[in-house]
Amino acid sequence: MTQTIFYLLLVIACFFCAHRTMVAKDILSAALFLACVSALTAAMLYLLGATQVAVIELSVGAGLVTVLMVYAISVVGKDTADPGSIIPRILAAAICLITTIILLWASLPLMPVEVSRVAQPLINTLWQGRVLDVWVQVVLIFAGVMGILGLLVEQTVRKSEKV
Amino acid sequence: MALSPENILLVGVFGLLGIGLYGLLTTRNLIKIVMVLQILVKAAILGLVLAGKVSGQIDIGQSTAATVLVADTMVAVVGLALAVQIRLRWGTLDVSAVSKLRG
Repeated sequence: MTQTIFYLLLVIACFFCAHRTMVAKDILSAALFLACVSALTAAMLYLLGATQVAVIELSVGAGLVTVLMVYAISVVGKDTADPGSIIPRILAAAICLITTIILLWASLPLMPVEVSRVAQPLINTLWQGRVLDVWVQVVLIFAGVMGILGLLVEQTVRKSEKV
Repeated sequence: MALSPENILLVGVFGLLGIGLYGLLTTRNLIKIVMVLQILVKAAILGLVLAGKVSGQIDIGQSTAATVLVADTMVAVVGLALAVQIRLRWGTLDVSAVSKLRG
């Protein structure tokens, strides 16, 4: 019962922070609320038993991405007011609410499945069963770094052209 | 319906998906769009791990969640870099204003 209440509190806090991320007028506050969502998600992942992913989520989601967001906001400035929605907000809320209700209606209640397979340690699964995932991750990181370098190099070249 | 931790987390997953979808429909600021995508992907990661836990294959859920996490981080990094470049060149972060510009 205590565990259920704990999960319930985590989910409610996560909803609150996610909502504040979207409605916050100050974009820096929105970034900090997003970091809170990441931290709460990491806590839920840890409680589910996914300890490695929880650590990655906490360090990358709540750490690295937040630092990048704050850096981007410091470059573009705080003058980044949201121009407002194209479609009416009530219509958007109704669409999302109906979608969520349909998904919940189709999925609940969640029944645990009995399987004979014993869960392997994550390192065995990654390097033996899902080695393709590891290569995809390597390629993604490489592509991300190359993309950032390309953008920065282009900016440097344009500055030197102006001089 | 039993109020088990798995059911509560499933409500959390779909709730976060709903909030993220609402943000995606109503937001036009590029940096906020990246934030909303982060919320959506967090819901997906939580869903993957929850599915792994319920089916007794938490290791597979973790490995797929790790891949999604890496992809999401790269999307955030490149998206933020693009947002900064767009702001510096065109002075706006409004998606609809940027999409109207022609060279």
